[in-house]
Amino acid sequence: MALVNLQNVSYTYPLTEKPVLKDISLQVQPGEFVAIIGPNGAGKSTLCYAISGFIPHFFKGELTGRVEVAGIESRQSTLSEWVLSVGLAFQNPFNQISGAKYTVFEEIAFGLENIGVPRDEMKARIDAAMALTGISALAQRSPFSLSGGQQQRVALASILVMQPQVLVLDEPTSQLDPIGTREVFGVIREMSKKGMTVILVEHKVEWIASFADRVVALHEGSILLEGSPSEVLTSPTLEGKGFGVSRYTQAARDAAREGLWPAQRRLPVTLDEAVEGFEGQHASSN
Amino acid sequence: MQVQINNLFYAYPGGINALNGISFSIEPGEQVAIVGQNGAGKTTLARHLNGLLQPTSGQLTIGGWDTRSVSVAKLASRVGYVFQNPDEQLFCKTVGVEVAFGPKNLHYSPQRIDELVSEALALTELTEKRDINPYDLSPTGRKMVALASIISMDTPIVIFDEPTTGQDAASVARIASVIAHLRKHGKTVITITHDIDFCAENFERVIALSQGQVLLDGSANEVLGQQEILARTYVDPPQLTRLGIRLGIPGTIRSQVEFLAAYRTLTSKD
Repeated sequence: MALVNLQNVSYTYPLTEKPVLKDISLQVQPGEFVAIIGPNGAGKSTLCYAISGFIPHFFKGELTGRVEVAGIESRQSTLSEWVLSVGLAFQNPFNQISGAKYTVFEEIAFGLENIGVPRDEMKARIDAAMALTGISALAQRSPFSLSGGQQQRVALASILVMQPQVLVLDEPTSQLDPIGTREVFGVIREMSKKGMTVILVEHKVEWIASFADRVVALHEGSILLEGSPSEVLTSPTLEGKGFGVSRYTQAARDAAREGLWPAQRRLPVTLDEAVEGFEGQHASSN
Repeated sequence: MQVQINNLFYAYPGGINALNGISFSIEPGEQVAIVGQNGAGKTTLARHLNGLLQPTSGQLTIGGWDTRSVSVAKLASRVGYVFQNPDEQLFCKTVGVEVAFGPKNLHYSPQRIDELVSEALALTELTEKRDINPYDLSPTGRKMVALASIISMDTPIVIFDEPTTGQDAASVARIASVIAHLRKHGKTVITITHDIDFCAENFERVIALSQGQVLLDGSANEVLGQQEILARTYVDPPQLTRLGIRLGIPGTIRSQVEFLAAYRTLTSKD
């Protein structure tokens, strides 16, 4: 049975007229790693809010359809119950940090305090979450004295420490340099391997290609396409609609127009796929 | 307007040495990308250029003005700085007022302010959003307001701190076109970025920083192909450059057009 189940979900923010989500149906299996792509304004963050219960409990507006996690409907639940099963790391870490805590350690403790975790267990879980996200050295710093990249790791640790069944991540590496991105994706992959269900919004398509089980392409509030990463990320359906395309895909697509990419071969998303295809083409043209 | 940096050192209070002897100069109208890992000193360096930080030792001049002897307000007439996070920069009630704030404070004539504001709004595709509160826009929209409110100041030097962070493909293309516009108008553009592909496609000169020192400084073609040296500051060469290297294509590939031309030559040679 699907762990996350969205049935015909539409949503309109308060005081606005146009729906941001339009009739979205999406099932996510336990342990699955699903990536959501789409241009700015496609409804990606709003979808994250709907799955994580911020809609309808924090953002009012008009929600139709059903959002279920583990068979319970979000409408029938409360946000304080919902956070036990679904954790959301915000796109902008500045918006997630509570502002009520003086140190990174306390900030990460915030969620656990609210659900009454025993002190010893709390400390162990916080230490583990900080180690995992590479911020142990920042434990006594103020969350607001940190760089964007460091804050993003704190925001991620604050969610991981809650050990939710479903991890929803809204562009978790937007503030990070390439090495930080690699590290954070390493953490996410580790959580996924341990069986956590991951729903990830991300622009960096090469990372999605190597990590996700499935990709959902969102466009103007509707699901345009879903399938395996290589299928969706190279699909001509996404062309000209503002979706990010890997430079490798674009290079092969341009080459294919001149017959310089092996016929019948799927377009590449990653460097290795591109090298394989172009070398194959080169060898066969000799 | 020339930027000259001479043996610049900076230590943060508390003793962290962020810059350790940086020297280079930037000629008027040059477009320079500064790359390097988090903590390499990129933002610290950029904040010296508009006087927000003062050297611990060494010297920095902007068109002959020593940044230590000129106020930040006065330097603002020469150097515009687009912050990484627009939310740290925006505070006015409408987009139009926000974009007019800079030029007003530089005491331009009302007519010139109008022209500059209209031009900046058109360039960032915000003309229709003039009367909207910046905080009612999407994060991408706010990024554009941040850009527009600096461009409208018409300074000879514009600094962008991580302009492409969190932006989608369309927005990145719009930022590239803003930079192209500034180039056409003879502005000096200095961009701090992790986005090495964006750097390859839009800048002719690249400076790589590592641990507060200049690791590489040269044309994009020279710098971006140096895989091993760049690795020291945890920067990978651009994607197409790496593809070119793996396929044994000589030179530094920086754009789709260059790649296709080089690959065509490669396949036809055999």
